[in-house]
Amino acid sequence: MLLKNTYNEFIKILAKPRSYLGIGALTLLVLIILFAMKADGKSFISFVTASFEQTLSFNGNILNGNLIAFIILQMLIVHIPLLVSLVTGDLISGEAAMGTIRMLATKPISRTQIVLSKFIAGAVYTLILTLWLGFLALIVGKWIFGSGDLIVLNSDGLVILKEQDILWRYGLSFGVAYLALLTISTLSICLSAFAENSIGPIVSTMAIIILFTIIGSLDVSVFDSIKPFLFTTHMASWRSFFEDPVPWSTIRNSVLILLAHNVVLILIALYKFNKKDITS
Amino acid sequence: MENTEIIKVQHLAKKFGSFQAVKDVSFTVNKGDVFGFLGPNGAGKSTTIRCMLSLIQANHGSIELFGKELSTHRNEVLSKIGSIIEKPDFYRYLSAEKNLEIFARISGKDVSRREIAEMLDFVGLNGRNKDKVSGFSHGMKQRLGIAQTLLHQPELIVLDEPTTGLDPQGIVEIRKLILRLKTEQNKTVILSSHQLSEIELISNRMVIINKGQSIIEGDVKELLNAQEMVVQMELDDLDKAVRILTDQFKEASYKCLNDRNIEIQIEKKHVPLVNQAFVEQGISVHSMEPKRKLEDFFMKIIQS
Repeated sequence: MLLKNTYNEFIKILAKPRSYLGIGALTLLVLIILFAMKADGKSFISFVTASFEQTLSFNGNILNGNLIAFIILQMLIVHIPLLVSLVTGDLISGEAAMGTIRMLATKPISRTQIVLSKFIAGAVYTLILTLWLGFLALIVGKWIFGSGDLIVLNSDGLVILKEQDILWRYGLSFGVAYLALLTISTLSICLSAFAENSIGPIVSTMAIIILFTIIGSLDVSVFDSIKPFLFTTHMASWRSFFEDPVPWSTIRNSVLILLAHNVVLILIALYKFNKKDITS
Repeated sequence: MENTEIIKVQHLAKKFGSFQAVKDVSFTVNKGDVFGFLGPNGAGKSTTIRCMLSLIQANHGSIELFGKELSTHRNEVLSKIGSIIEKPDFYRYLSAEKNLEIFARISGKDVSRREIAEMLDFVGLNGRNKDKVSGFSHGMKQRLGIAQTLLHQPELIVLDEPTTGLDPQGIVEIRKLILRLKTEQNKTVILSSHQLSEIELISNRMVIINKGQSIIEGDVKELLNAQEMVVQMELDDLDKAVRILTDQFKEASYKCLNDRNIEIQIEKKHVPLVNQAFVEQGISVHSMEPKRKLEDFFMKIIQS
């Protein structure tokens, strides 16, 4: 029954125009970045490398597909949560608003299975969005800008990664980025279990992200103890794969915290939905 | 009609915060019944039905369906029920056929596309299979709702206020459809309504609930016939008729409407006797029109 209802959820997601709005917006954003980089990417790069040009000499194709993918990922990882929650935040509350939740809940399928099928469908939608981002950023980026070594500027300075040493890093970084987006998806579905309208969970998800991001960026000692446990702190953990050496323990810690968030949020949603009186 | 109990609700109670929506509702439904669930708005009908379908968890009491406790056999029991609660809501962005496919997939039984097409035909939506539900009228959605309830061949059909919001033609169509369920498919139907006339037309048994409590339960005809009714008669000698009523039918009350018409309130079983007495005393009875006021009956029951 879980698989059957998950299939139903896919049908519903595929039939909703807003599902394509997310993919369309993502495509448009990436294409704008690619166009901007193609038109004026060299001056953008020289702005970053200018401070190193007295001590280093940069040769070859610096503005290549690998760098473009990195820039795109860095820019969009902040905006994609909105596109994800636009679809996933509606999965339970949208049914309540439409009244179809009554029809679903009177069928011989447990409420746990109803919620789990929505989590699975939300996770698959998020995966499709992440893979599409990867395709646009990396494949299309390389097709337009070619390949080459990757120069990344981080807090310790410049990191130069050989062309042959990059693909696996992208593979794993997209995996961690997916986990971060999955947490957003799970959060919005969890909030959706508390709401009776579509817009509430979407706005609440974004409000939580903004709040946690502000707390994370405030240099105030009172928040130091909670910062490591906020999921927003680990949203950019994918970047760690582009450090040399790779800080595996930091990444492992981020993955565990994101996974814990997912498990707790799913359990909260299951508890809430199972106890809920459907009066709409 | 078999007399097998398929629903047994006992002392059901449900509170929302401090509001006691259902205080003490008990009733039984037998196999093959078209069971009327009658009560004024806010009486607790929908809450009781929602409890029966596990949409709401009751605070107290027991619900047995098909001889099994709902709380412990939820999925098994729900696979034998088709329902519409208040109004059928569908995925507006999907076609009628796709909507039925979605609900059929989780109905607990395999339903083929051919069966879906047949069901759409049964409810008179043939040819609208591929149309999006967003373009459907309320009546069409109601019929699609009935198709949805019947798809998996349930033994019990629960319809909560199925004619609400429908135009007169739609109401007649839904009534006919419900009667077809009973006659052609031998389904057990629970029909919730605040309209006595609807229950009287369709149901064979009923329960009346008010302020969260079941007040009376039984055979519709017996319950209605046991009550007094009002008969309006057109006679040629009103004075003589009044004398007969005063002498022979002391329990009757009457009101002279004009010099030829009288309204008599009397138990239904005494109506032919009154008519016979009038005729025997040489009064010409030109017309006799029953004016039983169901609403009055209903009010009388819930007020008592």
